[in-house]
Amino acid sequence: MQYKPPLQIFIFLSLIHVGNFSLAAGITAGAMLSNSCSACHGTDGKSPGAIPGIYGKSADFISQALTDFRNGSRKSTVMGRHAKGYTDEEIKLIADYFSSL
Amino acid sequence: MNTLNRRKFIKLIGHTGAALTVMSALPSCSKTSARVVVVGGGFGGATCAKYLNKFDPNLSITLIEPALKFTTCPFSNAVLGGMRELSSITHGYGVHEKRGINIIHAMVTGIDASNKKVTLDTGKTINYDRLVLSPGIDFKWDAIEGMQASDALTIPHAWQGGNQTALLSNQLKNMRNGGVVVIAPPGNPFRCPPGPYERASLIAHYLKQHKPESKILILDAKEKFSKQPLFMQGWQQRYSGMIEWVSGNSGGRIERIDVKNRTLHSEMGEKYTADVINYIPPQKAGAIAHTAGLVNNDGWCPVNQRTFESTMQPDIYIIGDASIAGKMPKSGFAANSQGKVCAAAIVSAINGFKMPEPSYVNTCYSLVAPDYGISVAAVYRYNKDKGIYKVKGSGGVSPKDADAEFRKLEARYAAGWYDSITFDTFG
Ligand SMILES: Cc1cc2nc3c(=O)[nH]c(=O)nc-3n(C[C@H](O)[C@H](O)[C@H](O)COP(=O)(O)OP(=O)(O)OC[C@H]3O[C@@H](n4cnc5c(N)ncnc54)[C@H](O)[C@@H]3O)c2cc1C
Repeated sequence: MQYKPPLQIFIFLSLIHVGNFSLAAGITAGAMLSNSCSACHGTDGKSPGAIPGIYGKSADFISQALTDFRNGSRKSTVMGRHAKGYTDEEIKLIADYFSSL
Repeated sequence: MNTLNRRKFIKLIGHTGAALTVMSALPSCSKTSARVVVVGGGFGGATCAKYLNKFDPNLSITLIEPALKFTTCPFSNAVLGGMRELSSITHGYGVHEKRGINIIHAMVTGIDASNKKVTLDTGKTINYDRLVLSPGIDFKWDAIEGMQASDALTIPHAWQGGNQTALLSNQLKNMRNGGVVVIAPPGNPFRCPPGPYERASLIAHYLKQHKPESKILILDAKEKFSKQPLFMQGWQQRYSGMIEWVSGNSGGRIERIDVKNRTLHSEMGEKYTADVINYIPPQKAGAIAHTAGLVNNDGWCPVNQRTFESTMQPDIYIIGDASIAGKMPKSGFAANSQGKVCAAAIVSAINGFKMPEPSYVNTCYSLVAPDYGISVAAVYRYNKDKGIYKVKGSGGVSPKDADAEFRKLEARYAAGWYDSITFDTFG
């Protein structure tokens, strides 16, 4: 038998065999944008205090909220000022990131 | 798996164009991959250590900080205002330890950049692959005559948290009714641009209740200050006649302090005698950045504002107040935001993947009174020409014509922000 598995697969399998592995978080554009929200909303959007949390909210909810803050149709103290810093695509990345946690 | 394997692996699968999809599910195993040493367990350093660990749990991370517990500057003005106890703004490193971050309580006294190691005041040396410094600020004591570092025990700056805050708080408590408190803020740039004016507000809040005949005089080195119209409006509404602000050009700029007689002498020859003096000296990057030769002529650290790697030494990163971060102010919020971007830059570099474009945020809440908050905010990005710049159209200050309900809500959110950022930094 001369079959040789592609090198990629070989390396991948050898990796899985090493014990004690966890998932190394690939740092996505969504994570980069969203991490700056956590100073006010708590790590992963889990707010311990008076500021509303984001954790557990759906992508639709988050992108709707940010869009409404941005165009002023939803009143806010500071969120309007923040939301104006993000494009539609970035809002989608943020919404997808938090809803995936 | 060590980093080398992982890097090779990413390179290989990169050829298939599948790198991005596989990366997030990449198994990684070794307990001892690259060694990252973080110096300073304040807003920048504690955040960076936590997010390094979140992004890549296999890194060997060491956080070096002399204090067993960190007492914050944010909300220290509320302590002066009699609204908070110091214990409520003090945080430990227990959660970091639980995450597997190695905590060493010591002072870094030297950095050997060519051999990649730091020396501690205990005599021990520690090797690193990447080094992060977030040492905060140090003071330029020679900026005026008559003051030296040891005088801070009589004339507290309270611009670093903990004992200094307690000292100033005690002086205010012991002051007579009808006394004069002088706050003397420095020129730009300095830690927390709205801080001196929030301080004036909350000291006024305290004096109004306990020593209503007293006055606060702000002798400023500057011609204008952060959120000035909002502060002045608030002072008018809440503390009419109690706070006077003198700009630098109208006699506020101090050139000498007579510590014994508690007298300040301005550049223009005026003399001010006070019961309590809070002189806030001009600032520079924390001492270790100077020892290690990482500062420019102004005393701050130039960095690549995309990664926060020093432009003077490779593999050393400087974040927080000590760094020159484009349009971002020197705030705990900014240090936290930079800590995450820097962690992403380091993890990306070590593992050989592309770092996403950085995004930064800052919001500085200030309390004019316990139920009266104001804020300034912005979203920041990076480009090669401008460095870190404010996204056009984003940010700004609270509206001038806001009603009492709005101010109350911002005061509530200021406290909420404190809970969240200290959780995000230390929790
Ligand atoms: C009165 C006041 C109010 C403020 N309010 C706010 C606010 O409301 N919001 C806000 O965002 N910011 C606020 N700030 C600003 C905020 O405190 C700073 O911007 C922030 O602390 C900067 O973080 P840093 O990591 O650069 O430094 P720090 O938080 O000061 O941390 C530096 C740490 O490094 C350690 N260190 C120094 N040298 C060494 C060494 N050689 N070896 C080991 N460890 C070392 C120190 O012990 C210290 O713990 C306020 C500041 C003041 C003074």
